[in-house]
Amino acid sequence: MTSTFLGMPTTAPRGVGHLRGDQPFPAAARRSLADPQLRRNLRHATTTIRAKSAAVIAEALDWQQLRDAGAAIKADVMTRLPELLEQLEAAVTRAGGTVHWAADAVEANRIVTELVAATGSDRVIKVKSMATQEIGLNEALEAAGVTPVETDLAELIVQLGDDRPSHILVPAIHRNRAEIREIFLRAMPDVDPALTDDPAALAAAARRYLRQTFLHTPVAVSGANFAVAETGTLAVVESEGNGRMCLTLPDTLITVMGIEKVVPTWQDLEVFLQLLPRASTGERMNPYTSMWTGVTPGDGPQAFHLVLLDNGRSAVLADEVGRQALHCIRCSACLNVCPVYERTGGHAYGSVYPGPIGAILSPQLTGIEDNASLPYASTLCGACFDACPVKINIPELLVHLRAAHVTAQAETYRRVHRDAAAAYTMDHPALYAAAQRAARLTRLAAAAVAACPRRCPAGPSAATCRNRPHRPSANGGQNGEPTRTSARPPPRRHRSHSNHTGRAATGLPTGRRPPRPRRAGVPSHRLSGHRAPMLRRRGGEGG
Amino acid sequence: MRIALFVTCLTDTMFPEAAKATVRLLERLGHEVVFPEGQTCCGQMHVNTGYLDDALPLVRRHVRTFDPYDVVVAPSGSCVGSVRHQHAMVARRAGDERLASRAEAVSERTYELSELLTDVLGIEDVGAYYPHRVTYHPTCHSLRMLRVGDRPLRLLRRVRGLTLVELPAAEQCCGFGGTFAVKNADTSTAMLADKMRHVLSTGADVCTAGDVSCLMHIGGGLSRLRTGVRTVHLAEILASTEAP
Repeated sequence: MTSTFLGMPTTAPRGVGHLRGDQPFPAAARRSLADPQLRRNLRHATTTIRAKSAAVIAEALDWQQLRDAGAAIKADVMTRLPELLEQLEAAVTRAGGTVHWAADAVEANRIVTELVAATGSDRVIKVKSMATQEIGLNEALEAAGVTPVETDLAELIVQLGDDRPSHILVPAIHRNRAEIREIFLRAMPDVDPALTDDPAALAAAARRYLRQTFLHTPVAVSGANFAVAETGTLAVVESEGNGRMCLTLPDTLITVMGIEKVVPTWQDLEVFLQLLPRASTGERMNPYTSMWTGVTPGDGPQAFHLVLLDNGRSAVLADEVGRQALHCIRCSACLNVCPVYERTGGHAYGSVYPGPIGAILSPQLTGIEDNASLPYASTLCGACFDACPVKINIPELLVHLRAAHVTAQAETYRRVHRDAAAAYTMDHPALYAAAQRAARLTRLAAAAVAACPRRCPAGPSAATCRNRPHRPSANGGQNGEPTRTSARPPPRRHRSHSNHTGRAATGLPTGRRPPRPRRAGVPSHRLSGHRAPMLRRRGGEGG
Repeated sequence: MRIALFVTCLTDTMFPEAAKATVRLLERLGHEVVFPEGQTCCGQMHVNTGYLDDALPLVRRHVRTFDPYDVVVAPSGSCVGSVRHQHAMVARRAGDERLASRAEAVSERTYELSELLTDVLGIEDVGAYYPHRVTYHPTCHSLRMLRVGDRPLRLLRRVRGLTLVELPAAEQCCGFGGTFAVKNADTSTAMLADKMRHVLSTGADVCTAGDVSCLMHIGGGLSRLRTGVRTVHLAEILASTEAP
């Protein structure tokens, strides 16, 4: 047997799909933060889901073991992905389906568009799917004269509102009932003009509209949550039943699935079907779990096509740290617990994959430099890691990708930057001590300025003294100086610093083995600042 | 016990009160505190910003400085988290396996203050007196990297005169995140706004935590809003006594 080297895997191509935003995260976030309604909707929705999910997770006594099992299955999948995909292809083909391999978004869009064109239909119904959002399939279909109709209620709201999804699971999380009513009144055909914002009335309006579409559209496009390699079974997990309508009523079903969704055996579904609903919607069991294997004569779609999508996934797989991101089961738990996502919402991330998982997945799918601001869109607080049902170490990956960005930058520019200088300084105690003295001076200056509010009410100095009220709202963030708020300590101490250099006064013993002889000008230790007598070893005398 | 103080660069440079309080507290409890010279920064800010190569000499320096000591304490959950979870990784990434195992050994002997007091010294009542209404913010790295759990609360509950009030949504990040506060200032400030809202809702006059970095962020906001709520490091509370 011979093998051919095909080169390193490529990242998702530019100019197609929705993996790249038009602005870096900080700028896009600024826009979201300035929208009070959005902030309110997000806070309400994420708080509700978090509480619901935490309650049902607490009931599952083997939750941690389930997480371990989920992580182990996914790690196993990644080590033998090519083999499992070929096994899946064989099983699906055996069951009467047709498997297509799409290297990227362009190829996937072309395959699906051609398959739809072959049916002669000018309309497709869609099951909610991240993969088709990722590749921009709706736009590709529209360009080919085919109308895609989203049937997931939240996706429908997004589609009718000419909007973009802002959450993996709840695409219209940024909208409240009142806004949804307005969108329906504006964009839904034949809607009752007396529609209220009652959730049941809104759902009924969507139901009336969608029912007609289900019954008269011969082609459906779906994604997939899982594919079982051994049996060739595909699985879609949803809450409304609209997905099941799409999966069973039409003559032709086309499923677009990321290659990382494959699991080895039927039994592996046991683990994920317990993990997913509790982590995502906070339900014990998922309401509609549809599974199908190829084609069944006389029952359901009589033509089934599976499009296996790479679009940068092989490149992610090639990174032994980064490949953890492919373990994701799209539950959104990390979004719901993320303090950054809760403030900014999904649009700020640019990509269809928002939140912590988006911050590690999008830059890997596109190549780090096309989404360089995303790994920095996190405080590394770690809430996402704790919440992830398959234990993806998101903070570790964020740091890994930050390092990848720095490396990419270094290859382009000369490495003369502040952080290197800081590292150099910190490796040289004399320089370090000097820098510390300088830093203390800025603090003294801040304290001095804060101590004289009446004397500098206006004029140039007013801009530098922080006496004007600081508003921590989004608006305040735009024209205020939150950076300085955080970078500068509060002027809470104000005292004489006459003993500033009195380092010998402390009496604290130095280390057992001082690493180096003391150099001239290096303080015996830097604790010796302005309140050195406090540090005397034998208590009492200093305090 | 002979305890080496890992002062941390931010505490030493900007908030030496917290370090002094740590020394005062441990000495009052009858321990010897030594200050190893040559210590600078653990390298966390370099690692977390992506400059892992630049952090390597700092890791080397930290390991060399603290290797001789049996017990190391820092008044910071974040910096101990860095020592415990990042140092070996930085060394391994640079292919220095020997440094990695030395770093791991040092990290096993390095404790955050509340860990040292409760786990190593086995003490919860440190004999402190602090007659204030206090709320505690569990910093993210203490909470999720070190899993200090309720150790700080156990210590605070035993402080005489202190009224401890629970902080709503305590486990949510304050928005500091090191350079996050600089690179994503608007988002950081939005997070801070909610944290301050919760602090103010407690009616506390002091907000405490185990990290000066988070306290710098929260305290900066509270002082600019003229709220009258102070931020004080846990060590300063525990070091306070009736008769100074």
